[in-house]
Amino acid sequence: MMEKMIFGRYIPGDSFVHRLDPRSKLLFVFAFIVIVFLANNTITYVLLLAFTIGVILLSRIRLYFLINGLKPVIFLMIFTFLIHILFTREGTVLIDWGFLKVYEEGLKQGIFISIRFLVLVFMTSVLTLTTSPISITDGVETLLGPFKKVKLPVHELALMMSISLRFIPTLMDETDKIMKAQMARGSDLSAGSLKDRLKAVVPLLVPLFVSAFKRAEDLATAMEVRGYRGGEGRTRYRQLKWDVSDTLAIASLVVMAVLLVYFRN
Amino acid sequence: MTEILSFNQVTFSYTPEVPEVRNAVEDVTFTVNEGEWVAIVGHNGSGKSTLAKLMSGLLFPNNGEVRIMRDVLTEENLWEMRSHIGMVFQNPDNQFVGATVQDDVAFSLENNGVPYKEMVERVHQSLQQVKMEKFLDHEPHHLSGGQKQRVAIAGALAMQPKILILDEATSMLDPLGREEVLQTVQSLREKTGLTVLSITHDLEEAMLADHVLFMNEGKKYAEGTPEKIFALGDKLVDLGLDLPFAMKMTKLLQAQGVQLVGQHITEEELVNDLWTSNFNK
Repeated sequence: MMEKMIFGRYIPGDSFVHRLDPRSKLLFVFAFIVIVFLANNTITYVLLLAFTIGVILLSRIRLYFLINGLKPVIFLMIFTFLIHILFTREGTVLIDWGFLKVYEEGLKQGIFISIRFLVLVFMTSVLTLTTSPISITDGVETLLGPFKKVKLPVHELALMMSISLRFIPTLMDETDKIMKAQMARGSDLSAGSLKDRLKAVVPLLVPLFVSAFKRAEDLATAMEVRGYRGGEGRTRYRQLKWDVSDTLAIASLVVMAVLLVYFRN
Repeated sequence: MTEILSFNQVTFSYTPEVPEVRNAVEDVTFTVNEGEWVAIVGHNGSGKSTLAKLMSGLLFPNNGEVRIMRDVLTEENLWEMRSHIGMVFQNPDNQFVGATVQDDVAFSLENNGVPYKEMVERVHQSLQQVKMEKFLDHEPHHLSGGQKQRVAIAGALAMQPKILILDEATSMLDPLGREEVLQTVQSLREKTGLTVLSITHDLEEAMLADHVLFMNEGKKYAEGTPEKIFALGDKLVDLGLDLPFAMKMTKLLQAQGVQLVGQHITEEELVNDLWTSNFNK
């Protein structure tokens, strides 16, 4: 149960993409999301697809994990594909069954939209699959650094995030224990109507919340005794290093953007 | 002998406005000298956890003073004083802040603004001291309770504290984990002469100390070497402490008429006495 629920499912590895600085990866993905929308004809979509495949190959991630990431959006993809096929009425008619006419332009748009979804999901999956959640947190913290000037509590947000990540497995174990304890007392979590099952969840959540608050209190005490007093004057143990490869990654994206602008209609 | 920590007639109440409620700590005076291992024992509600909070500045006494390195602990010097104290708490999970072992050890160094290079050195060094250097990148949920507590000790050592306070640090561990942690503390003391103060209700742990402080209902009930404290025998039981197994066994054997000489605190002593007991006849 645990492995499935941790978001991102980081797969440790030692590829070129794994070794990139989380900052460059984050910037890369955000910029990529923007330039995807530049594509509007066959050449540009082919370029996008090729670029994405290139990144996937570099990351050496097994296709299985990427397809897994696709599952939540597959319905949306099919839906938009069908909408385009049914309602775009331009170009020559490809199929004519009387009540249903499929136009060339409709098919084209449908395929384009699907590719757009596909590359977006693949790229963001590559980010979460090759970067540990804690590195992502580090990256976000440094990238948001400038916003400290406008009183955005960047350090606190990052700390909250990293502590939550650290406690996910602990709380999972705890849930498991409480579940077994309640089952031993005869509570049935897997049978009955939806209402019954929801009711059975309550005696699970209450002890979980109580213990989470207790943990939070203990943790706060331990942090205070260990000298934690906010982000000011703190040094960082996790150092981020911007390498040539990071510059290269960003540069490749700039080249891609230029190509897209050049070839689009 | 240099004084590291002392309590001078410290009184503390969680509810000072209600005088009927007894003080959590009343008129406690004691001194911990450099290089000593002092144990504070007492059953639940004897005020020993409050003592821990008073010495780490989480609470301040209503009366009397707490001195660390001969300076009175006040709100002003609190953060500096805390950097002299390394503290390990009861629950191994609830004091693990970092995502991995090395992040957690570095936590207090980060808080105190130690430069990066020195941080790396100190993290490795303190993990070596507790023999956890092979677990640098391990995540807490892949460690046993004893290992987590050793990491917590390393986290405390990284700040190069003058005194290590163990606040019931072994009470949630299984016997093996407990042994592991106590051995780590003992070998640390042998190598570095670290001052240790352990707060515990486990008398076997208290036996390792040079000096024992016995708390009851917020007051200091007795004080002295472990032998002296254990000589109280039945009184300890009456006040809610559990005697070490060897002591209980000795009593039972003596009641059965086996000739044993005196009280035996450790199993080894008891065994040695037992197998020679017939020679004395």
